[in-house]
Amino acid sequence: MEFDRVVESYIPVEERIKNYQEFTQPLPESALKDQGARCMNCGIPFCHSGCPLGNLIPDFNDAVYQGKWEKAAKILHATNNFPEFTGRLCPAPCEEACVLGINENPVSIENIEKSIAETAWAKGWIKPEPPQSRTGKTVAVVGSGPAGLAAAQQLNRAGHQVTVFERDSKAGGLLRFGIPDFKLDKSVIDRRIEVLIAEGIEFKTNVEIGVDIDALTLKSQYDAVVLCGGAAVRRGLTIPGAQLNGVIQAMDFLKGNNKSVSGELNTPPISAKGKHVIVIGGGDTGSDCIGTSIRHGALSVSNFEIMPQGTPERPAHQPWPFYPMRLKTSTSHKEGAERFFSISTKEFTGDAQGNLTGLKTVQVAWEQINGSMILKEVPGSEKIWKADLVLLAMGFTGSETKVAEQLGVTLDSRTNVQASEEDYKTNISGVFAAGDQRRGQSLIVWAISEGRQAAHYVDTYLMGSSCLPLKEAGDLPRV
Amino acid sequence: MPLVQQGLYHPEYEHDNCGAGFICSLEGKKSNDIIHKALEILEKLEHRGAVSADGKTGDGAGILIDIPHQFFADVCPFALPEPGQYAVANVFLPQKENQRSFCIEVVEKHLKGQGLHLLGWRNVPVNRSVPGRIAAETEPFIQQLFVGKADENQSISSFNLQLYIARKKAEHEIINSKLSQLGFFYIPSLSTKIIIFKGLLMPEDISLYYKDLQDSRVVTRLALVHQRFSTNTFPTWDLAQPFRYMCHNGEINTLRGNLARMRSREELMKSDLFGPDIKAILPIVLPGKSDSASMDMVVELLLMTGRSLPEVMMILVPEAWEKNDQMSSTKRAFYEFHSCMMEPWDGPASIPFTDGNYIGAVLDRNGLRPSRYSVTKDGYVIMSSETGVVDIAPENVAMHGRLEPGKMFLVNMEEGRIVNDEEIKESIAQKHPYSQWVAENLVHLRDIPYNDCPLFIGESSLEKRKSVFGYTLEDINSILGPMGKSGYEPIGSMGTDTPIAVLSDRPQLLYNYFKQLFAQVTNPPLDGIREEMITDISLTLGSDFNLFEVDPAHCRKLKIQNPVISKEDLDKIKNYGERPHFQVANLSMRYPIAQGHNGLENALAQLLEDAEKAVDNGQNIIILSDRYTNAEYAPIPALLATSYVNSGLQVRGKRSQLSLIVESAEPREVHHFALLFGYGASAINPYLVNEIIAEQIENGELTGITFEAAVENYNKAVGKGILKVMNKIGISTLNSYRGSQLFECIGLNTKTVDTYFPRTTTRIQGIGLYEIEKEIAKRHQNAFGTKEISASLDLEIGGEYRWRRDGEKHQFNPITVAKLQKAVRNNEPNTYKEYAQLINEQSKHLMTIRGLFEFSNFDPIPLEEVEPWTEIVKRFKTGAMSYGSISKEAHENLAIAMNRIGGKSNSGEGGENPERFYKTPEGDWKNSAIKQVASGRFGVTSNYLTNAAEIQIKMAQGAKPGEGGQLPGPKVDPEIAKTRNSTPYVGLISPPPHHDIYSIEDLSQLIYDLKSANREARINVKLVSEVGVGTVAAGVAKAKADVVLISGYDGGTGASPLTSLKHAGLPWELGVAEAQQTLVMNDLRNRIVLECDGQLKTGRDVAIACLLGAEEFGFATAPLVASGCIMMRVCHLNTCPVGVATQNPELRKKFKGQPEHVVNFMYFVAEELREIMAQLGFRTINEMVGQVQKLDRKKVIHHYKAAGIDLSPILHQVKVPHGTKVYNTQKQKHHIEESIEFSIIEKAHPALYRKEKMSLDFPIKNTDRAVGAIISNEISKNYGAQGLPDHTLKINFTGAAGQSFGAFATKGLTMVVNGTTNDYLGKGLSGAKLIVRIPEGSTLRPDQNVITGNVALYGATSGEAYINGKAGERFCVRNSGATAVVEGIGDHGLEYMTGGVAVILGAVGRNFGAGMSGGIAYVYDPNNTFKGLCKEPGLNLWDVDQAEDKVQLKSLIEQHYNATHSPLAQEILEAWEYELPKFIKVFPEEYRLALKRIEEETAATQV
Repeated sequence: MEFDRVVESYIPVEERIKNYQEFTQPLPESALKDQGARCMNCGIPFCHSGCPLGNLIPDFNDAVYQGKWEKAAKILHATNNFPEFTGRLCPAPCEEACVLGINENPVSIENIEKSIAETAWAKGWIKPEPPQSRTGKTVAVVGSGPAGLAAAQQLNRAGHQVTVFERDSKAGGLLRFGIPDFKLDKSVIDRRIEVLIAEGIEFKTNVEIGVDIDALTLKSQYDAVVLCGGAAVRRGLTIPGAQLNGVIQAMDFLKGNNKSVSGELNTPPISAKGKHVIVIGGGDTGSDCIGTSIRHGALSVSNFEIMPQGTPERPAHQPWPFYPMRLKTSTSHKEGAERFFSISTKEFTGDAQGNLTGLKTVQVAWEQINGSMILKEVPGSEKIWKADLVLLAMGFTGSETKVAEQLGVTLDSRTNVQASEEDYKTNISGVFAAGDQRRGQSLIVWAISEGRQAAHYVDTYLMGSSCLPLKEAGDLPRV
Repeated sequence: MPLVQQGLYHPEYEHDNCGAGFICSLEGKKSNDIIHKALEILEKLEHRGAVSADGKTGDGAGILIDIPHQFFADVCPFALPEPGQYAVANVFLPQKENQRSFCIEVVEKHLKGQGLHLLGWRNVPVNRSVPGRIAAETEPFIQQLFVGKADENQSISSFNLQLYIARKKAEHEIINSKLSQLGFFYIPSLSTKIIIFKGLLMPEDISLYYKDLQDSRVVTRLALVHQRFSTNTFPTWDLAQPFRYMCHNGEINTLRGNLARMRSREELMKSDLFGPDIKAILPIVLPGKSDSASMDMVVELLLMTGRSLPEVMMILVPEAWEKNDQMSSTKRAFYEFHSCMMEPWDGPASIPFTDGNYIGAVLDRNGLRPSRYSVTKDGYVIMSSETGVVDIAPENVAMHGRLEPGKMFLVNMEEGRIVNDEEIKESIAQKHPYSQWVAENLVHLRDIPYNDCPLFIGESSLEKRKSVFGYTLEDINSILGPMGKSGYEPIGSMGTDTPIAVLSDRPQLLYNYFKQLFAQVTNPPLDGIREEMITDISLTLGSDFNLFEVDPAHCRKLKIQNPVISKEDLDKIKNYGERPHFQVANLSMRYPIAQGHNGLENALAQLLEDAEKAVDNGQNIIILSDRYTNAEYAPIPALLATSYVNSGLQVRGKRSQLSLIVESAEPREVHHFALLFGYGASAINPYLVNEIIAEQIENGELTGITFEAAVENYNKAVGKGILKVMNKIGISTLNSYRGSQLFECIGLNTKTVDTYFPRTTTRIQGIGLYEIEKEIAKRHQNAFGTKEISASLDLEIGGEYRWRRDGEKHQFNPITVAKLQKAVRNNEPNTYKEYAQLINEQSKHLMTIRGLFEFSNFDPIPLEEVEPWTEIVKRFKTGAMSYGSISKEAHENLAIAMNRIGGKSNSGEGGENPERFYKTPEGDWKNSAIKQVASGRFGVTSNYLTNAAEIQIKMAQGAKPGEGGQLPGPKVDPEIAKTRNSTPYVGLISPPPHHDIYSIEDLSQLIYDLKSANREARINVKLVSEVGVGTVAAGVAKAKADVVLISGYDGGTGASPLTSLKHAGLPWELGVAEAQQTLVMNDLRNRIVLECDGQLKTGRDVAIACLLGAEEFGFATAPLVASGCIMMRVCHLNTCPVGVATQNPELRKKFKGQPEHVVNFMYFVAEELREIMAQLGFRTINEMVGQVQKLDRKKVIHHYKAAGIDLSPILHQVKVPHGTKVYNTQKQKHHIEESIEFSIIEKAHPALYRKEKMSLDFPIKNTDRAVGAIISNEISKNYGAQGLPDHTLKINFTGAAGQSFGAFATKGLTMVVNGTTNDYLGKGLSGAKLIVRIPEGSTLRPDQNVITGNVALYGATSGEAYINGKAGERFCVRNSGATAVVEGIGDHGLEYMTGGVAVILGAVGRNFGAGMSGGIAYVYDPNNTFKGLCKEPGLNLWDVDQAEDKVQLKSLIEQHYNATHSPLAQEILEAWEYELPKFIKVFPEEYRLALKRIEEETAATQV
């Protein structure tokens, strides 16, 4: 290999934590070409299978290598409506499946993707392309997260009149309110929404279906409805002291902060400034809480994860090219959080005013019994921690059921909307579901993928057949 | 009766090859002795024939002699006219009397009709106890017919003509009579000069059968004899040879095209001599006859046109004149003129011929058949496939000669002399002013000026047209771009694992339903690169002319040098109005899309009507064009239109009057062009490719090249590609390939094929015109019908060659590879099951033919009762992948794994390091149980062969059947070079053919050689599935192979042109089933093991292969994937990132495979198989073989294309007598034990076992073959590669040594022949010293006589040879280390040589040193002719002026003198200083650079 892997570097921690701006340093064009050249044009590009969107990775890598950025942008957009989002936020399962990854560092696919997208924006190649003709059919998309936006754009391309309903003040869903600006500057969402509007998609914000408009009414007004409401029900911690002031759901914390950054609010409603912060949950949301807390000026930030500490290497049972569960250190972790693994919180403690003062934990061990992993507390490992603010970032348990109930849509055991990947149809004719609301909490690439796939089937439902592209089977399974 | 078509067996694919020869009296003296000598020739050629399963029935033999007038006059109960004034025939008649009388009546009626006089019939006395069981079933009743002239004054030529017409008419009437025994009827000859005695007899039985031949009153001046080796075992009496004017050793590869063109020529035949009778003799060529018989019928016709027999032979079997600048202009003109009239009947052919006046022989342009002759002082000329077939005392020999490629020789018995090639041909060529005729009439496209190119206004956009014609991004980026840039077809690697066209979900171009046929065993593929001088791709366009007339009109043609033309070239033709002979018509290949299937059908019909009208209007160049495809009109597939017009006009009797040009957007791959030519096109303009190239240049995707150059490159690349496709089936000229239809359909139904592609084989049915239209409509819809969706790609991504998610399906894809690797590495049976399920479950996405089957007729037994996996895996093998194509680590890993479980790994063709023959201290064994012998013969030594459990002769490889290979110099690192017995950094070429296998009897010979080299090893012959592979397998069984392997077309490779990866050969399901059916039908199945490979991936695959007839199973790609291969498909680039297929030391470190992984894979597969066996009720594999009743077609498949597939031919069960074994039960009888070597060994104990020097004397005959191989095997067993000390055992032979003398002879042996030797002298020489010298008593001047045959020292690795006389063609081919001195050689000398030294003290033939990358030659060139014959650009031709060279050369000549007492050597040595400047040193540049590099590296390591 002539070149080694290079990825975007970051502005130093002490600088970047002073504000909420993105802190990645884009690679120069020459470096990107070299990175494109590392792609080996594999006989079987496993990356292409590792990517839930089925991005044509070898093809855009080659275009970048040849300096044909417009061609690259075209190839990229053929499978991905919003590469500027995934180029920033995706955990890049493609890179885990990269053939180079067997014995070298994989191709920096995600950086290349982002650069293609940003170049396309900068050069003005991304412009509204309204459909040449309209079908006269109308579609309501409920929810404006990545799944909803993707479905909306695809359906609009097919010529349908699409209306997107968003209960929040602005479109974007978790992208806008869940992801801190230092990871995704909100102008990146805005410019995309502008294009979508110019292409003819109507956005109705501050309208909550099921509350402001009855879902059945909505259904009667549109030829098809696509439910993209996400998996919004947060996992809580039902232990003593959970009601104390200072035990906060991560999403509330992050959303408030994002609104303050955007100027919608003057200050963050919940501040970590001068506080000892404990973030429970070692995932991406946990990291976002860490980075935000540090920017607030927290005294200390600790991060708890109930699972044992992974290794940087792949576990044996998740060999290449499968997506491995391994120790990942996010940029936020590097900004000054201490991490604790195999730790379970038993109780929150508070003062008489009902304010949080700390929490009690116990170390846990995982044992395999009869094929399933069982959690066991380690005797004598109890510990008491001081804490002023605990942020619960333990994921989501399922979707909100209000709309489904009004429509009579069947839910699965996890309260997600039941619809198969074969056609994204719910049990109610004309009602479709996509994204986390169907799938349960997942990655942004999956959300976009679902939105695209669902759009094809909605189009088929409306027109009898569809020209919208469909990703064919071939997703690498999870092991 | 010949067997009828059943199951997958099609009788038209039977082949035959043989031994042939003649003897005559130079002065035309008649004697009875000639017959005895002739029969002696046959007996001595018996090893070139074959015997059927009954052990008694030969494949046919016969003898042609002068009419023995006196004898007939004595024995006939009726009076005979003077000799020459009557005709006689041995007539084959039905055994049933009623049918016989009918035939006799018909014959008599037609004789009478011609006014001829029936003299009488005589019963031919035969001994009916002679023929074997099989022959007896078809034995005819034979009667002699005597016919007199119409009247005394009738001229002989008119008599002959009338005999011909009468016979033809009788033949046609009887063939059409529907008699149950009509197959018995045949008139071998009806001549005033000669008579033929032939039958399905062993050579020694001919005179026992035909009692006439035992009568001493039967005398003749000449005798032509022939002994047949047929691949099938249903040979018939009538196909025994000689035929009426000739016999033939070889195979006419171009037969189909020749026959089709002959049928067209019949349209124009007119002759005053025949008058209206001419229609009655049509068709000229009767159906169902062999290639030789067909050719004979054409020879006969051309003789009737007044041409002489030598002239006819010149027309049918022309020399390679196209690129021969040394040929006289008269002869060139003759050939050029006749090339406009008749395409070559091409293929390996040695053809002895006679018209009763002259006797002679001609050899094909490649010189692929041995043809040796001797003239004796007592006045005999003996010509035969081998020398030594008639015993001649040394002092009686006047001359030993051989027939050279393209040459002819004639015995003029009137004048008592031999007329040489030059004399015969010059005189024939001067008969007419051919030069003038050609100059005045033949127009060359290159001479027509370019004109203003019209633009096509109003064409749809380029993007839409790309889409409607199904172009993908992959097509454009991976195929068109590289071809335009480099002028070569792109290379790929690994196999193909996409579905065949009929199972694909994606709309397929019609081309993809056709597979190229290729040569294996019965005829050789060619090497159009290194033997370019015998190839030609030019074509002539225009109307044909009446064959009966010798007229300049024959060459009123337009000649195109490369018929893949640019738009500008086509414009030239369109607007060429200068000559009235060329009238161009434009016909549109489009149909109204709205009318769907009917629209297409009607448009095709209309197209044919229009073409016919055009012909009637006198237009003779028809351009079929799909320009202006648009929203209303969709393109008719160009192949469909071309073939339909081609065959339709043939039926209407108008085909010969026009040529077809295809102007189409559709063709882009070489395969497409090959098909269009193969179905009748004469020129093709791929205009959309032109436009795409223009676009690519405009977009900067294709840089550094002009548009014109890129188009030229592309056209050139296609031209070369077509040459390769033709060469695969052994055809040298596009003129012969055109219209030859050398393809098999897979997935088209019979109705469609019969209508649009008549006479093409299609065996499992499939789609018809309706579905073809559906596929067009789908593409049309994509292009014109759909809404524009923004952000979509304009074209589909492709995914044929590299997996893409939305592209074509592949069996190996990210998920299956990932699961397989996880399963074998972590030993996870469940993960293997998931993998196997993904491969096996093809109900949704059809991938393979086997996917269409399901198991049925369950009869479950407990799993424990099934033989254990440890037994089953003994039948498992890994594929032939050479060390060189894959890394040492990967190669040894497979060997260790297979040895651990008792299976077999395969060395591939790269040789093997002898260290691996011994077990490691840890107990592992890296020895490959199977050692491969491929065309390059790399590393094939006595010791290598001795260490094999099985020796595999690779006749073809699934990924690129009919092609050779190449390991470029930079990849040949010192270790690989050592293993391959070659020089580091010198490139290695594997020729397309084995140069010792040009036909089935040659294969039989190589099997004998290898069996001699290792009696313990099984001999395995690897074939690739194609139609007719069953008959080839039967031939292989008769050639005594122990195992026959049928490979699927989809197997892997280190490098192959993309066309070959996909389009040549068939899936193994068809091949294995056909082989099983044919072998069982012939009762040969029990003699041979049937093996299968080709993308076997799971236990279910194995189960199906087994049920179809296989009993051993090969895996290659799957165990590689188990070892870490991730299908990068860059094996050819040396950049394999996982260390599997690379020699780069850094990359090799990345190899992570373990033997356990491969063992786990084999274990999982065997266990899966066992479960299936238990379900079906089989306890052992043997019980399971061929039990097709356990297979059924899957019922649940709903697929618009697959629905029409009919699998019943695959599942056909041959009806055979109860108890016939359908798996291998007995061993082949090789008769090795009869070799004279055992008596030598008996006497040579002191030398062999005590290393004592000794010398022995033995007589030798041409039937003593491969002498030296057995002794060498004994030496290798005891002493390994080192052998014995030099000269330990010397053996002096006297006589004519048989083929392969000194084959694989190893160190310590010195073998001398005082006499002559045949082909393959010193094949695979492994260190021995061979001396061939003229015997005592001979008065011959050695350097003017031929003393050894063709292909001497093929693949020799070390040793010496001193040859006191001239050698034949391809001397020292692929020599990599032996030293040889010879006194003259034929064409293609030192071809592909990579090492060693050759001293040639005499003339060399053409094409010297082609592909020679290493070694040195010193050529004695007193007449300064050498430089004209050696034009290889990579060769340095130097004076011998370096001191060390002088020393080397002189010492070699001295040694030659010492060994042979060569007078020439003596003369040279005596005048050394004077003679030395006449030597030229031939020093390949690549070799020079390699030696320099080695020297530098050695110096560096010493520092």
